[in-house]
Amino acid sequence: MKTDEAKYYHKIEAVVVGAGLAGLRAALEIAKKGHQVAVITKVYPTRSHSGGAQGGIAAALANSAEDSLELHMYDTIKGSDYLGDQDVIELFVNEAIKTVYEYEHMGVPFSRTEDGKINQRPFGGHSSPRACFSADITGHVLLHTLYEQCVKYNVHFYSEFQVFSLLIKDNISRGVVAWDIREGGLHIFHSKTVLLATGGYGRAFKITSNAHANTGDSLALILENGLPLEDMEFVQFHPTGLYKHGILLSEAARGEGAYILNSDGERFMKKYASDKMELAPRDVVSRAEQTEINEGRGINGKDYVYLDLRHLGEKKIMERLPQVWELALNYLKVDGIKEPVPIQPTAHYSMGGIPANINTEVIRDAKGTVVRGLYTAGEASCLSLHGANRLGTNSLQDASTFGRIAGKNISKFLVENGYEDLTSNPLDVARAKISSLMNGNVGEKHSKIREELQENMTKYVGVFRNEEDMLKLLKILKQLQERYKNVTIDDKGYAYNLDLFEAYEVGNLLSFSEIIVEGAIARKESRGAHYRTGFPKRDDKNWLKHTLAWKTEEGVKLDHSKEPVIFMDRFPPQERKY
Amino acid sequence: MAKENIIVKILRYNPEKDKKPFWKKYDLEVDDDSTILDILNEIHWNIDGTLAYRRSCRSSICGSCAMKVNGQNVLACKTPMHKFKGNKLKIEPLPGFSILKDLVVDMDGFFEKMKRIKPYLILDKPIPDKEFIQKPDEFECIRESAICILCGACTSSCPSLWANEDYLGPAALLKAYRFIFDTRDDGKDERIDIINDKNGIWRCHTIFNCMEACPKDIKITEYLSRLKVKVLENSI
Repeated sequence: MKTDEAKYYHKIEAVVVGAGLAGLRAALEIAKKGHQVAVITKVYPTRSHSGGAQGGIAAALANSAEDSLELHMYDTIKGSDYLGDQDVIELFVNEAIKTVYEYEHMGVPFSRTEDGKINQRPFGGHSSPRACFSADITGHVLLHTLYEQCVKYNVHFYSEFQVFSLLIKDNISRGVVAWDIREGGLHIFHSKTVLLATGGYGRAFKITSNAHANTGDSLALILENGLPLEDMEFVQFHPTGLYKHGILLSEAARGEGAYILNSDGERFMKKYASDKMELAPRDVVSRAEQTEINEGRGINGKDYVYLDLRHLGEKKIMERLPQVWELALNYLKVDGIKEPVPIQPTAHYSMGGIPANINTEVIRDAKGTVVRGLYTAGEASCLSLHGANRLGTNSLQDASTFGRIAGKNISKFLVENGYEDLTSNPLDVARAKISSLMNGNVGEKHSKIREELQENMTKYVGVFRNEEDMLKLLKILKQLQERYKNVTIDDKGYAYNLDLFEAYEVGNLLSFSEIIVEGAIARKESRGAHYRTGFPKRDDKNWLKHTLAWKTEEGVKLDHSKEPVIFMDRFPPQERKY
Repeated sequence: MAKENIIVKILRYNPEKDKKPFWKKYDLEVDDDSTILDILNEIHWNIDGTLAYRRSCRSSICGSCAMKVNGQNVLACKTPMHKFKGNKLKIEPLPGFSILKDLVVDMDGFFEKMKRIKPYLILDKPIPDKEFIQKPDEFECIRESAICILCGACTSSCPSLWANEDYLGPAALLKAYRFIFDTRDDGKDERIDIINDKNGIWRCHTIFNCMEACPKDIKITEYLSRLKVKVLENSI
């Protein structure tokens, strides 16, 4: 294997894995502070899935109505079903306004109020119009602007490189090994710090809003290194996925006033959230939809309901929601100006991820022991800002704000620390993975295994969960993991081997999916996005706790001793009603 | 939803094996509402794993999957196969770029051209505590140009670019428009100097190919025409 030449060894102060908002914002901060930074990304930076976010970025600017930091904080805590860490949430809301103004000064084109300020629209679970937006392409313009800033500050990109292993020894991060997708070959990146910002992992599910690239690769790498994941059972299902495709139709549609209707033409949210109606948080709306569908009130008795935009009128739809209109027309041949759009819940966002402290440093246990030099931010991480359920528009803000905080902390670390030695034989792990995929001749195709995984995850660990289904799913997962050992690929070459990196991704999906299921089986309560049919109530006495989960030789090990940070005098847990 | 038989010819090229690109034919059965990307996935996942192409969001926002189908530059994920008559498809990489493998082209030069126009706000004025004030109609003026997903479909369809590869091309010029017409920007003169060049705006001969190719229906030619006017105004 081509690995030994100087070309394949890079010594660089800071490595960032992933080029979505979190990765780019961190890289920009590090570069501005004058350090060398390399961004390793398996797609060109502007292809990252942050660009798929549509509706807005949350900040209490109070441009459209009264608002306050305290209210943003309360909404986020309540939205999290009290599992979010309140120190993290406080830092988040305090920094959010600065983050948005910074973006505006960088040149992000925001939609404007009549007096020329950044416009803000209502969003689910937020008590005030707080979503700063650019029509319905907010993530897209933020991503492109950040990329352009990175160009300005000479951030070095390794585009189309896929990370195959983390170099961690004695609890110190020393770099990563990545495969050059275009030319083939393994590269060693020897660095003082590594930031994991690889985004979400909705591709574990069949119906998902996520991109093909969202396969949670860094989560599998964390598990492989004997480190834990946190709160993986909390998967957000977005209520307005385009029927059958799962493609996101922005919550901005409801923010602008769209209705959700069942087969009787009824705005059924009045039964489930009489106050907030369609603008209840996503977990509440998705459960309501699924209940309507399960009770036979889906459209034509099928597994979808309607998103109705018609009363908004053509002008508003085309000005504020052009992408929503375009997606429905293009993929379902439905003209949202004239007809209601078929929708269903779609796996959208992962509240769990790689556990980190408030400084974005990766931790290895419930006590908070830090892995030196290893950081994480954005959807891949779990700080835990979103607890059991995230509010819409808090994700772009999370990725941006904690991307910047990560960049700041990393810069400080770079000044204070030198390089650690590489591990001995740094290429071994990555080389073994590639050899086993390249050399297999008798097994089955990875696509078959992936499809079965996705189908069963959507079927058995979706909006409503019960123990029997999940135990069944666990068995299926074990079988799929066995079958994966003999997976085979057609392409044995070096140049742009899509077959190879897809096969690798399937292994990663299988690895962390088991943690989602084990966490969901163990948590015998319903909180936020996690709903157990046998345990329909939240149980603060036993379950106001985070889940940490490790993969060990004896199987998955769970630890529920990490408690969320709660300011009892300010935001004590209350019943969550909308 | 019904199944249909289709014949797909794909221009294949593996730099490790092939001296030059060649057509390979696939006969397959697909759902009749399949997109071009669905068809490529079907081939790659179930028939021939060696096929290489780029894709990610499958919802026409990431810009990965631009390619040429039956003579037209399209975004594979956005294009239903029934856009084309008959059940025959000819799929090839974006013209005007060098092929890395199969449908994957080298986009580095395309992104380098973006850098030439300084794709970031240039500010001389002091930065306010809050936001710069920009009126809704001033935002509206740049809104559509900011939709560009940098897929390359326009630039690859431009005959002026085929004739001269140093030409900035429609995507980079559209990016220049997005900043020159941004009321917050103080870098107009610099940027106008860059595009008022033999490889800049004047190589646009208003052929409209770019506008026809744009999967986001951006009125590119119109914006480039406004740029020409701006350059002229600036030189008076």
